[in-house]
Amino acid sequence: MNNKISFPSNYGKRKRRSQNLAFYIFSAFSYFIVLILFIILGFIIYKGIGVISFNFIFGSPENGMTEGGIWPAIVGTFYLMIGSAIFSFPIGIMSGIYMNEYASNGTVVKIIRVMTNNLSGIPSIVFGLFGMALFVKYLDFGDSILAGSLTLGLLSLPLIIRTTEEALKAIPDSFREGSRALGASRLQTIWHVILPMGLPNIMTGLILALGRVSGETAPILFTCAAYFLPHLPGSIFDQCMALPYHLYVLATSGTDMEKQLPMAYGTALVLIVIILIINIIANLLRKYFSNKAKMN
Amino acid sequence: MRRVYELIVEWMLKFSGYITSFVIILIILFLFFEAGGLFKNKEIEEGYVIAVNKSNPINVLNAEQIKNIFDEEYLNWNQLGGRDEKIVVFRLESIDKYFTKEELGENYEHVDKCIDKVVAEKKGIIAFVPSQFITDKFHGKLLDDKNINFDEVFLGKEWFPTATPSAQFGFIPLITGTLWVSFFAILFSLPFGLSVAVYMSEVASHRVRNFLKPIIELLNGIPSVVFGFFGLVVIVPLIQELFNLPVGESGLAGSIVLAIMALPTIITISEDSLRNCPRSMREASLALGATKWQTIYKVVIPFSMSGITSAVVLGIGRAIGETMAVLMVTGNAAVIPSSLLEPLRTIPATIAAELGEAPAGGAHYQALFMLGVVLFVITFVINTTVEFVTSRMSFNRKLKN
Repeated sequence: MNNKISFPSNYGKRKRRSQNLAFYIFSAFSYFIVLILFIILGFIIYKGIGVISFNFIFGSPENGMTEGGIWPAIVGTFYLMIGSAIFSFPIGIMSGIYMNEYASNGTVVKIIRVMTNNLSGIPSIVFGLFGMALFVKYLDFGDSILAGSLTLGLLSLPLIIRTTEEALKAIPDSFREGSRALGASRLQTIWHVILPMGLPNIMTGLILALGRVSGETAPILFTCAAYFLPHLPGSIFDQCMALPYHLYVLATSGTDMEKQLPMAYGTALVLIVIILIINIIANLLRKYFSNKAKMN
Repeated sequence: MRRVYELIVEWMLKFSGYITSFVIILIILFLFFEAGGLFKNKEIEEGYVIAVNKSNPINVLNAEQIKNIFDEEYLNWNQLGGRDEKIVVFRLESIDKYFTKEELGENYEHVDKCIDKVVAEKKGIIAFVPSQFITDKFHGKLLDDKNINFDEVFLGKEWFPTATPSAQFGFIPLITGTLWVSFFAILFSLPFGLSVAVYMSEVASHRVRNFLKPIIELLNGIPSVVFGFFGLVVIVPLIQELFNLPVGESGLAGSIVLAIMALPTIITISEDSLRNCPRSMREASLALGATKWQTIYKVVIPFSMSGITSAVVLGIGRAIGETMAVLMVTGNAAVIPSSLLEPLRTIPATIAAELGEAPAGGAHYQALFMLGVVLFVITFVINTTVEFVTSRMSFNRKLKN
C-alpha cells in the first residue's frame, strides 16, 4: 500500500477489518431471520403433522372441540376468500386501471394515492369495527358470510389496487401509442393490449391478496365468525367458522386445554400450508412469466 | 352505441378509482357515528340512581370517586371533602341485611319504603338503587348524575368498563400499553431489519437475495393469529422460565412477537430506499478510496435516511394496530405499564376482547368504538405524515436532478 498520503500504516487493514466485521454481522442477522421463520414453521409442522388425518381434515369438531376435525372451518375460510374476491377483484383492478390509464389530474391522483396507502395502513380491527357498524348493523346483514366477505374485501382492496397499478406502469407507453395509432379507442387499447400484458403481475397480486384474506382474524371477529358450528353454512346470510378464528378459539378459550392443544397445532398447520401454497403459486407465476418475458 | 358503452365503462372505472377515498370517508362516518353517543351517557349505570342522606353536604361525585367508594377504598366522607362520617355502602342486594322479610313484604312491594327509610336514617349512607324505587316523597338526596366527560375518558387512568355503579372508561392505560409494546417492538426489530435491508441491497449476491426475498415475503404472509399462537406456546413459557415470573404473558412477549411481525415492513421499505441511492454517489465514494462499508454508512445510509425513517414509522404503525397476536400473548391487564415483564393491554386487543360482550349501543360499546377512533386517528396521522414526507423528498430530488 502506498503511504505517501498521511494515512496510518495500518489504515487499509483496519478499514478492511471493520468492513468484514460489519458484513459478517449483517449476514448473521439475515440468516437469523431465516432461522426464526424456519423455527416457527418447523415447530408448527413438527407438532401438527401427527394430528393430521383424514378425519381431522374432513370431520366436524366434536366433543367440545377436543375431537373430530376442522372441515367447517376450512370450507368457511374458502367461502370468505371467494366472497371477498368477488367483491374486491373487479373493483380493485378497475381502480388500478383508472389510476394508471385515465386519471390525468395530478392532485386528484395524489389524493387517491394517499387515501389508498392510508387504507392499507388502517389496522384490521378498525375494519372489523367498521364492518360491524355498516354491514352487520346498518345494512342489517347480521353476522354473516356476506358481511365478513365485504369487510375482508375492503381490507384487501389497497393491495390489489397497488399491484394492478404497478403492473400497468411497467408496460411501456409505446404499446399504448401503437394501439391508439391503429385507431383503437382508449378502452379497446386497455382491453386488448394493456390488460393481457399486465395480467400475470396482476394475478400475482390477486393471489397474495387471497393469502392475506385467508389469515385475517380481527375483521371477522364481529362480522361473521362462529365460535362453533358443526354443519356447513347454507347461505351467504349464515355465520361460518374460519381457520384463523378457530385457531384463536382453540388456543385461548375452551374447557379442556390439554386435548385442545393438539387440535390447535393441526389447525395452525393447515392454515400455514394454505398460506405456503398460495405464496408458492404466486412466486412460480411470477418466475414463469418473467422467464417468458425474457425469451420474447 | 359504442360511445355510450365506453362512456359507461369509463364512469365505472372512475367510480372504482374513488372507492378507497369513499371507504375512508365511510369508516370515519361510521366510527364517529357509533362512538359519538359516549359523552351523552350518564356516569351512573342507566336506570339507577345514587342517593345519600339529606344532611350530607356532598352533591356531586365523579366516576372515579364513586367507584372507589363502592370498592371500599374510601371509608370516610372526610376523604372526599365531606364531614367526618363513616361511609355506609348500600346496594339493593344487601337490603335483607337491614330489613326482615316481613318488612319488605311478601312480593317485595315495600322495597321503596325500606330504601327511603334506610337512606333517611343512616347519616353516612350511599345507596345505589334502581330509579324505579325512588318515589316523590323520597327523604334522601339524589346525587347529580353528570354526563361522562372528555377528560375522564382521555385522561382517566382506570379502565373498568363493566364496573357498577359507575363504569370507568379511562383510555390512558390502554394508550400507554399500546405505545409501550410498539416502542420496544421497534427497538428490537430495528437493528435486525436495518442490517438485513443493507445486506440485501448492498452486500448479498444476486442468488442470496433471491433466496431471502421470498423468505421475507412469507414472513409477511404468516397470519397474525399464527404468530400469536407460536408466542403463546413457545415465547410465553420461555419468558416465564427465564425471568421466573408468575405468568409469562407480558409486554416483553408482545414486543418480541410484534418485533418479528414488523420486520418485513421495515426490511422491504428501507431496502427500497437504499436501492434508490444513485449509482453515481456510490461510485464517487468508492473512487475516493472508501471501502464498500464506508460508502454504505457514510453515503448510502445518510442518503436513504428519509426512507428508513418512514420504514420505522410504518413499522410502528403496523405494531400499534396489530390485534390478534398481542391479544394472545400480553395477558391483557389494563394497567399503566411500569416494566416490560408485566401483563399489559393494548387498544386493539381491548376492542377484540370486549366488543363481543358489550351490549350494542351501550356506553361500553361506544367507548370501544371511541378506542377505534383513537386507533384510526393514530394510524391515519402516521400514514399521512409518511406520505407527505416521502412525496416531498422525491420532489426535492427531482428538483436537484
